[in-house]
Amino acid sequence: MSNRRIVPIGPYHPLQEEPEFFKLIVEGEKVIGLEINLGYNHRGHEFIAQKMTYEQIPYLVERICGICSNSHPLAFVLAVEDAAAIEVPERAQYIRTIIHELERIHSHLLWLGLAGHFIGYNTVWMWAWRYRELVLDLFEMITGNRNHYAMNKVGGVRRDILPEQIPLIEKALTEIETKTNMFTKAILDDPVILARLENVGVLTKQAAIDYAVVGPTARASGIAIDVRKDDPHCAYDKIDWNMIYFDEGDVLAKAKVRLLECFESIKIIRQCLKQMPQGPIENRVDEIAPGEGIGRAEAPRGEVFHYVRSDGTNIPIRHKIRAPSFMNIVSNEVAVIGYSIADAALCLAAVDPCYCCTERMAAFEDGKERYTGKQLLELSWEKTNKMFPHLNK
Amino acid sequence: MKVIFWILVFPGFLFSSIIGMLLTWVDRKVTARIHWRVGPPWFQPFADFFKLLSKETLIPVNASRFLFLMAPILSIIAITAVGTMLFTMNFYPNMSFLGDLIVLIYLLTLPPLATILGASASKNPLAAVGASREMTLYFGYELPFITAIIITIIKTGGTIRIGDIVTYQHIHGPILYSVSGIIATLVALICMQAKLGYVPFDIAEAEQELMAGVYTEYSGFALALFKLSKAMMLFLLPCFLITIFWGGFVTWWAILKLLLLVVLIILIKNTNPRLRVDQALKFFWVGLMPLAVLGVILAFFKL
Repeated sequence: MSNRRIVPIGPYHPLQEEPEFFKLIVEGEKVIGLEINLGYNHRGHEFIAQKMTYEQIPYLVERICGICSNSHPLAFVLAVEDAAAIEVPERAQYIRTIIHELERIHSHLLWLGLAGHFIGYNTVWMWAWRYRELVLDLFEMITGNRNHYAMNKVGGVRRDILPEQIPLIEKALTEIETKTNMFTKAILDDPVILARLENVGVLTKQAAIDYAVVGPTARASGIAIDVRKDDPHCAYDKIDWNMIYFDEGDVLAKAKVRLLECFESIKIIRQCLKQMPQGPIENRVDEIAPGEGIGRAEAPRGEVFHYVRSDGTNIPIRHKIRAPSFMNIVSNEVAVIGYSIADAALCLAAVDPCYCCTERMAAFEDGKERYTGKQLLELSWEKTNKMFPHLNK
Repeated sequence: MKVIFWILVFPGFLFSSIIGMLLTWVDRKVTARIHWRVGPPWFQPFADFFKLLSKETLIPVNASRFLFLMAPILSIIAITAVGTMLFTMNFYPNMSFLGDLIVLIYLLTLPPLATILGASASKNPLAAVGASREMTLYFGYELPFITAIIITIIKTGGTIRIGDIVTYQHIHGPILYSVSGIIATLVALICMQAKLGYVPFDIAEAEQELMAGVYTEYSGFALALFKLSKAMMLFLLPCFLITIFWGGFVTWWAILKLLLLVVLIILIKNTNPRLRVDQALKFFWVGLMPLAVLGVILAFFKL
């Protein structure tokens, strides 16, 4: 007798509170298959971006994700600066780095809290989110907002870090460091937590390469990739820091990568505050020259990729986004197989998925796929040709 | 008339449920303080209960109606009987009858069985997974729990009357104050955590994995009864432990002991992640069972 059942997680995730749908195909408690359905929250950001000016788009792409709301605008402005060959003042580079790393700390602490919640350890959840508040307060002081910092603009940043703020930042960093230290010790010493996380949801190095995962998910599977090292943007090449990676590929390794990365981030921010030169924080940009450019930034979840094509007007004619979760979520297909339901829920969360970042369009009609991905792409090209015939050389 | 009063008002249904709900408030408040939250006011459990009563009870279409609705009632009847017996035997040891300890153990196993029954009757896949987990867990903790009680039976010279156990402890001092007694209480305390369905053993209703697990299809009145029987368990299980191992309810100190045990349960709940069901079973059989057997051996040597 087949004992197959479907355990649904979704279409609205009970804990992450985002629209997704995972169908766990289980036999008893054991997961033997996973079906991933996304696309409940497609907002058409790329399309909207093609109707907005370069000044407006950073605010738009900021709202792709509430957690990595610096990575998307950063990648976008990098792409535009690449396309139009715009120089950015050095001080702005450092400020971008500081904001980017602060965001990494707050995102990793958020994940830590959620991971605690997923294994039923609500105390970790509440404490991690409490100490995350320190980072949010720093954001409020520096940028004026706790989320959606609106710091990036083409050619520089919008706000300076004032000299009197630096000691306050240093002080908060020290506190964040002690608290993260406490978490690291508490988590790596707790036998029950180790029993739940160790050798669970193993993503082998080969599978990680096959699924082209990025960010902490890849680094936990022994792949040493990090845009900050491989293709340094902002001030990352002027600063001394280490890439954290582990070979195990289980949930524990993912947790360790994220926890230890917090310390590296603190190190980077401290060096930035020390090395930051005086000077302007933005270059005046009057015109975006025609051309195409790419921007890559290492978001807390992995590499964010933006492609921008300009035709000399103040509106991009093509804007393409690839968020890191797009690569990471599908890797669950192999990572959860063979584990129990209890472990599967944890594995699905261990890649730190951000479903709204990941939304892509798919056209279904009467339960059948209307267009394949390639056909949709061709439709989009056709439309671009119709809208901008002068581009057809 | 007197018996009906005992069953319905004191120390049966009404008394146990009010104290039980107050203790759930203690649970929620202490948990909130550990989490750096404020926590609810004292009447919150009562408000929740009465609100649930006013809600519609939905019964799934292909569920077995009778079993689905009987399960919470069975649970509440069993736990009311536990409350009534436990306290009458504490206050009037002469009323105790031969074998009432065994009856109590039986009655205490009924609420988990009722949840399994209700979950299976609801025909929900999540509830079915929850029920199978509850069943596995039940096989895990029941054996060490009974073994821990056997230690008391041995130490009191083979009595299975609660009245005699209480009287014995009144004369010779509580069972707890000996090596085997400490082992027995520890084992029973951990089993109690599982019986209550608290972290690290809230495997059957793991909200992160199974929504509400065994209670997924329950709503309104039926859910309120389940919640109430859980609240009463939070009161009566520590009372049972105190009666068997810690001198019974002879002095007012028992109230402090009760609070201490409840706070201990809450602390365990808040400083542990949830175990997987196979890990929990292994813990009970490989970890706790040898400890309980060691306790039995020590009890034979009057330690």
